[in-house]
Amino acid sequence: MTLTDVILQQVINGLSLGAMYALLALGFTLVYGILELINFSHFNVFMVGSFIAMYVLQAFGLSGQTTILTGLPLVGVLVAAFAVTMLACGAIGVGIERFLLRPLRAVKGPAAMILTIGVSYVLFNLVILGSGADSKNFPNPLPALQWPIGGAVLRLREVLIWAVSLLLMGGLTYFVGYTKLGKAMRATAQDPEAARMMGVEVDRVIMTAFFLGAALAGAGGLIFGLYYNFTSFIIGFNAGLRAFTAAVLGGIGNVPGAMLGGLMIGLIEAFSGAFIATAWSDVIIFSILVLVLVFRPAGLLGRVAPNKS
Amino acid sequence: MLDKSGRDGSALLEFRSVNTYYGDLHVLKNVDYFIGKGEIVCLLGGNASGKSTTMKTIMGVVRPHSGEVVYDGQPISKLATNERVKRGIAPVLEARRLFPRMTVYENLELGAYTQPRGAQFDEDLERVYELFPRVKERRTQLAGTLSGGEQQMVAIGRALMARPRLICMDEPSMGLSPLFVEQVFDIIQTINRQGTTIFMVEQNANMALSIAHRAYVLQTGVVVLSGSAAELRENEDIKQAYLGEMQVAPT
Ligand SMILES: Nc1ncnc2c1ncn2[C@@H]1O[C@H](COP(=O)(O)OP(=O)(O)O)[C@@H](O)[C@H]1O
Ligand SMILES: [Mg+2]
Repeated sequence: MTLTDVILQQVINGLSLGAMYALLALGFTLVYGILELINFSHFNVFMVGSFIAMYVLQAFGLSGQTTILTGLPLVGVLVAAFAVTMLACGAIGVGIERFLLRPLRAVKGPAAMILTIGVSYVLFNLVILGSGADSKNFPNPLPALQWPIGGAVLRLREVLIWAVSLLLMGGLTYFVGYTKLGKAMRATAQDPEAARMMGVEVDRVIMTAFFLGAALAGAGGLIFGLYYNFTSFIIGFNAGLRAFTAAVLGGIGNVPGAMLGGLMIGLIEAFSGAFIATAWSDVIIFSILVLVLVFRPAGLLGRVAPNKS
Repeated sequence: MLDKSGRDGSALLEFRSVNTYYGDLHVLKNVDYFIGKGEIVCLLGGNASGKSTTMKTIMGVVRPHSGEVVYDGQPISKLATNERVKRGIAPVLEARRLFPRMTVYENLELGAYTQPRGAQFDEDLERVYELFPRVKERRTQLAGTLSGGEQQMVAIGRALMARPRLICMDEPSMGLSPLFVEQVFDIIQTINRQGTTIFMVEQNANMALSIAHRAYVLQTGVVVLSGSAAELRENEDIKQAYLGEMQVAPT
């Protein structure tokens, strides 16, 4: 492989990882944008999502990498797996908001954030109790199609990840930009009290943000499984931390920022893994985060928050 | 212009012995207001006297601890804000409070949040654009990039998009140049003559009393004076407390 090929290959890998981080980062940013709350339960909603996806795929009779589907059955199984996983995760997100966080809404200080850490650990331990601490072989029905691009290889897996991510991020961008509820969401993020006085049902907006964020995390969990062919109770921590970093890097609260941040973190991870050593990726990722924050505290696309008086 | 405000002496909004608190801080103290259909009623008062709290209590963002707010004959103290907007109460908020990173058009859309889309929306939008040609010119711009006067026009337009019967304005002239202040008061009078009742907090007592029918004076949460605008303009205490500054010769 020439240097160009290696670079090309890492771009392909990095964009796939990055798409997954971006999906996950959006959940942090949607909730933070409205509530200024760092929702740590998001880490493990993602992890639970990958388990739900695994069970759905197994329910279709798939196990490991032995059952390969093509054509309509493949499309049908994937659509069903994404739909069920996203709806189930969305429901978990809504449940966390409605029953655990809403009663704390009026409480100032770190209580809500601490609660999300607690929820995260409960989910983490429930998964260990329910399905054990070993890592699971994730069913992958994708045929081993691949296309050479120069000396690099583009696999069906990556094409699928990009297509799904583009669809979801395009859908979210449309929702936030052009629908009535999406506009209410942006208004609420900018001035919740004024939005309320326009007649916006702020509770409904908050619930929607949790639903969408958690549903996207579910899609991310399924993508994780398809990408790495395994899942485990532990995956939420690493992926979640990187996605959170991506959200901060792009400017937390900013939707395009989360997408940009996610792609950047994915690319940095891929390149540092290939050119330096995988062990160094975290050092590099988090050093870049620190540098960006020192010079642009509000993140790449974020605004410096005006002092609320 | 023909006056279609429809004043007939009946109440559109009433406060009956309303008390409000922020924690232990007692803000409104046994407050009574009567806003008749078709009137412009002005609420005067010094800083921190509870004027904005009055507006927030009408919108349901602050709930009375005791007493009742009655709108169109119905008690509304327990109604959600969204339901009040649906019934025709719209705010022009203190310091305008537009959504700064949304376009002027999107701000107007949010004003119409409780209204159905369709012919009625287009009609209301046309009306706002007619009242404020500047708002139409600026419709694709982000609201945060507009001048203070232009923002106030958007804020009033945004309230009109809700098809209100009652508009509650919190210091609409705050921070505006004298030219804009005059325009804003003209517009308020026009809107009132077209049939919308106005309850307005103002520091600019001179201007406010010149267009208002009646006024209340609030002092540390207590209504200390009320009467017709003409009466209050002649009142010595008011002259000293609120009109005095305006009469100081420019230096
Ligand atoms: N959200 C709040 N929490 C606590 N105190 C408040 C709040 N809003 C207003 N206050 C207090 O209530 C009093 C009345 O405020 P406000 O109604 O805003 O006065 P005005 O509009 O007449 O200047 C003031 O003492 C103010 O400090
Ligand atoms: Mg005030």
